[in-house]
Amino acid sequence: MPVLVYTENVEGKFKKSTFEIVSYGRAIADQNKTSLVAISIGDVSKEELAGLGKYGAERVLNVSNEKLKNFINQAYASVIAEAAAKEGAEIVVLSNSFSGRGLAPRIGVKLEAGVADGAVALPEQAKGKFIVKKTAFSGKAFANVELTSEKKVISLIPNAYKIEEKGAIAKVEDFGPALKPGDLKTIIKEIVRSTDKVSLPDADIVVSGGRGLKGPENWGMIEELADLLGAATACSKPVSDAGWRPHSEHVGQTGIAVSPNLYIAIGISGAIQHLAGISSSKVIVVINKDPEAPFFKVADYGIVGDAFEVVPQLIAAVKEYKASA
Amino acid sequence: MKILVCVSNVPDTTTKITFTDNNTQFNTAGVQFILNPYDEIALARAIELTDGGNGSATVINVGEVSTEPTIRKALAIGATDAVRINAKPHDAWFVASQIAAYVKSNPFDLILTGRESIDYNGSKVAGMLGELLDIPSVSIIKKLDVNGTDVTVEREIEGGKEILTAPLPIVAGTAEGVAEPKIPNMRGIMSARSKPLVVVEPVTVSTLSNVLDYETPKPRGQVKLVPADDVAKLVGLLHDEARVI
Repeated sequence: MPVLVYTENVEGKFKKSTFEIVSYGRAIADQNKTSLVAISIGDVSKEELAGLGKYGAERVLNVSNEKLKNFINQAYASVIAEAAAKEGAEIVVLSNSFSGRGLAPRIGVKLEAGVADGAVALPEQAKGKFIVKKTAFSGKAFANVELTSEKKVISLIPNAYKIEEKGAIAKVEDFGPALKPGDLKTIIKEIVRSTDKVSLPDADIVVSGGRGLKGPENWGMIEELADLLGAATACSKPVSDAGWRPHSEHVGQTGIAVSPNLYIAIGISGAIQHLAGISSSKVIVVINKDPEAPFFKVADYGIVGDAFEVVPQLIAAVKEYKASA
Repeated sequence: MKILVCVSNVPDTTTKITFTDNNTQFNTAGVQFILNPYDEIALARAIELTDGGNGSATVINVGEVSTEPTIRKALAIGATDAVRINAKPHDAWFVASQIAAYVKSNPFDLILTGRESIDYNGSKVAGMLGELLDIPSVSIIKKLDVNGTDVTVEREIEGGKEILTAPLPIVAGTAEGVAEPKIPNMRGIMSARSKPLVVVEPVTVSTLSNVLDYETPKPRGQVKLVPADDVAKLVGLLHDEARVI
């Protein structure tokens, strides 16, 4: 009974979080001494699909259907559940992306499966138990959740599992799902995507600004630093509440939770609600002129100084580092 | 139109999270419980859409009697009436099953949830409800408009947004941008006491998951301070020591 992994694409290309989830699925398949089957929905080239083999998928089910070109939550969930049933898969894994968050609960209901959302590690399987560690209380804690159902759905948060390249080329097979008209009631009108910007939830590096930056006109240096580092930009709640930056950049308990390798907080004091959203970052750098800012207590590196002096110097130093690298 | 708003009773955002009984129970001692912030957004939009007698905004909560202050707060903000399903919310599957059972005998045109609750952050109830009721569901929306029998929503996607339409009824999970949360006024607080709050007994639901215990994030070591006049040193540390650039 294979493990089934849903591999999400963006405009026909797989992204980093997709390779993470395939690597994660591979490891779960190995735990259970079984094979890993991927399912892709949408217009993706044969080469791109076969390339999933590199991360450990043995077979790829390719669903290429005009009606499923764009993401329709209800229909995609039906297709993935149908594939799981046909393959006899008991474990379905997917990324805890915006789309994945819509799919996991629907697939769970269809398969009568327990759903572990926001997993941060491989499941622990011993003595007939299946336990998944997931984020809880908006990053302030983790919960160990036991899935007691026969079938299981797990969604993995981005940057939580390391990509492993070990396989070869995957066998690509066409998969023709039995679509019901009721699943296709949603119509996509428009997709607006800024491809020149790094997407925040799965960014490796995040540069985040707070009220200490005094106004939206001062975000130029934040963007410049982010561009140099290939980072996404983010902000604290007061900043998005004030309309300086869009809500989609708000990181924290009531915004987006991020788990990058490097989080650089500039002019953010570090209120408990903000810290909740960034606590799973691997390395935290804080730049703040107030040495008493609570953010320094959870930081790995800190600079006590005025952002308007420190950040331009940091930009210069990164440029110099890049020129010498 | 009839709108159902699913609400959770959650620890206040400033709460320091601790556990008791070998880390198996959330320590509620001294914790202030609030209406889940994302649910406040859902409720505010439901009130706007039904403003001026254009239908009703019902709130529903799966919880024990201790959640009633939060339900009364929702009524004070402007909900028309409320339903409490009298059970401990075991997990998202349990909650969604209870609400679906209620909706099957009490239909609604639009069902709103917050994008997630700030305690378990599952974002699961909206999708599960959609599946149980066999209607479309959209998670994490930033805008919602109703035009006759259709609903148009803006959904958040990585690096952008997607605009989609669907025929009512649907389930949608609201995030910042959908509406500004409303603060109850004195009239609202007074009238909340007399608004109907119906208590319904739960249906039997199979158990699919259990929380065994909790962990808190490992504390980080002491912060390494870099002098403000030697910023290049930070870049060196990030490259050589932390290996993140």
